[in-house]
Amino acid sequence: MNPALLIIFGTILVSTIVGVYAGRRVKMNLENWTVGGRRFGGVIIWLLMAGEIYTTFTFLGASGWAYSKGAPTYYILIYGTLAYTFSFFLLPEIWKLGKRHGLHTQPDYFIKVYGSRALGVFVAAIGILSILPYLQLQLAGLGFIVEVASNGAIGSKLAILISFVLTCVFVYTSGIRGSAWVSVIKDVMMIAAVAIVGLGLPRLYFGGIGKMFKAIIAQKPEHLVFPGASPSMDVLWVMSTVLLTGLGFYMWPHVFGSAFSAKSEKVLKRNAIIMPFYQIPILLVFMVGFTAFLVLPGLKNGDTAFLALVQKAYPSWFLGFVGAAGAVTAMVPASILVLFAATLLAKNVYQAGFNPGASEATVMRLSRVMVLVVSAAALLLALFLPNALVDLLLIGYDGASQLFPGVVLGLFWKRVSRTGVVAGLITGVAIVVFLVFGGHDPFLGLNAGFVALAVNAVIAVGISLLTKSRKAL
Amino acid sequence: MAASDKEVRMRKGTRFALILGAVPFVMLVFALPFVNRIEPVILGFPFVLFWILLWVILTPAVLFLAYKIEKKFNPPDDEAKR
Repeated sequence: MNPALLIIFGTILVSTIVGVYAGRRVKMNLENWTVGGRRFGGVIIWLLMAGEIYTTFTFLGASGWAYSKGAPTYYILIYGTLAYTFSFFLLPEIWKLGKRHGLHTQPDYFIKVYGSRALGVFVAAIGILSILPYLQLQLAGLGFIVEVASNGAIGSKLAILISFVLTCVFVYTSGIRGSAWVSVIKDVMMIAAVAIVGLGLPRLYFGGIGKMFKAIIAQKPEHLVFPGASPSMDVLWVMSTVLLTGLGFYMWPHVFGSAFSAKSEKVLKRNAIIMPFYQIPILLVFMVGFTAFLVLPGLKNGDTAFLALVQKAYPSWFLGFVGAAGAVTAMVPASILVLFAATLLAKNVYQAGFNPGASEATVMRLSRVMVLVVSAAALLLALFLPNALVDLLLIGYDGASQLFPGVVLGLFWKRVSRTGVVAGLITGVAIVVFLVFGGHDPFLGLNAGFVALAVNAVIAVGISLLTKSRKAL
Repeated sequence: MAASDKEVRMRKGTRFALILGAVPFVMLVFALPFVNRIEPVILGFPFVLFWILLWVILTPAVLFLAYKIEKKFNPPDDEAKR
């Protein structure tokens, strides 16, 4: 067995063991499984959030965009920072409500705030439909990384199968605790890998980051300012996209839900303050993409630039290390996505929709069964219907972001009505489907999801003013 | 009287914090059309990237200030009650 393979399999195996170990001696009821008993302190919340936010997309998509589109990739640096700023105000309020009413998921929140189980089921459905492509994205990235990093010794489908089955094992046994613990491995490996290549590659080929930019400015300066190489991604597109993705970020059911696992609102506020620093690894990933732009021109798929350049410049064992880091970087978010999709199905579709009398123990058992169902579905999608990386993410984002008016108005505006929120939500989702699948994204230079969100918000507010407001909490 | 006093003070803290929270949005969204250029190159970075980085790094400072101000104006006993 060559060293690269050994490193990749070793890491996947150790991560699984750590993930299973994380849940030992914890009595697994729904509260412990989905929200870690609401006992996570600052460090573990940071690891968990960084773990679910910085995904394979960090490795492949960010460098791929720097390579093929240029400046539009900067949007990733911006939207994360906006999202954390927003979370500083949002998450503590959501957490307080969650603590008071024992909420576990995002649809739980909608059911509580708007007093409608049907709305909960609808929100759960949007959540699951947004989660699935995102999950598939993780798996596709994982397969790709491992295949390249092992020099083709492990095919992408085999890699996906092995690591995803093992991921499901620790989700099944340990719930969110497993994800949080495996995040430790993921963060250390990913930051190390990115720091080494992000600083090393520009130095190797140009003698430093500044000199690398100098070379690009000499050859193709327009690559470094908006719209870069994509005429449709000009400043207006960037502005609307970062607003949509920045505000929509915490609307993802899994990110929203993990806020409940904090032990206090203060933990969430402090976490929001330090999270922007985690954007620096992304900057380093850009450097790899920009270096590849000059050193390896003409790649058909920009997403391959990162690994192609690492492969060219480093020994195979180091490529194995990068592959291993990439694999855990997919496993952690995948585990959280599976966990929340399963909980949404069991608690918010089955219990809220069909059997309100189901006991918590039943919901817990069903959630675990749903881990298997969701995993199987995602696996089939990833193996048989693979798609381009970033585009998928943007579709999921557009859908999840439509929950924004319902969440924010529900917290901060007493006048909001259920009818208003439902009408806005349905319109928003319909516009997303129409624009994105009709090929009208960007629409008039604006991100399609942003257009949908704007209409959604106007309708939610307008109809709320005309109808009876929700009951006070 | 005391209760309403407290409420006004609380609102003040939250209001300051919200104003600070708007800073990253202004700098990283609405300022973009004005900073979308390469020159001057600063620390080796094209200007637009330098600008974005600057505000990514300054945002924690801005939020920390918001945190301190909220703490100062929002009475601590109020937090303990929750």
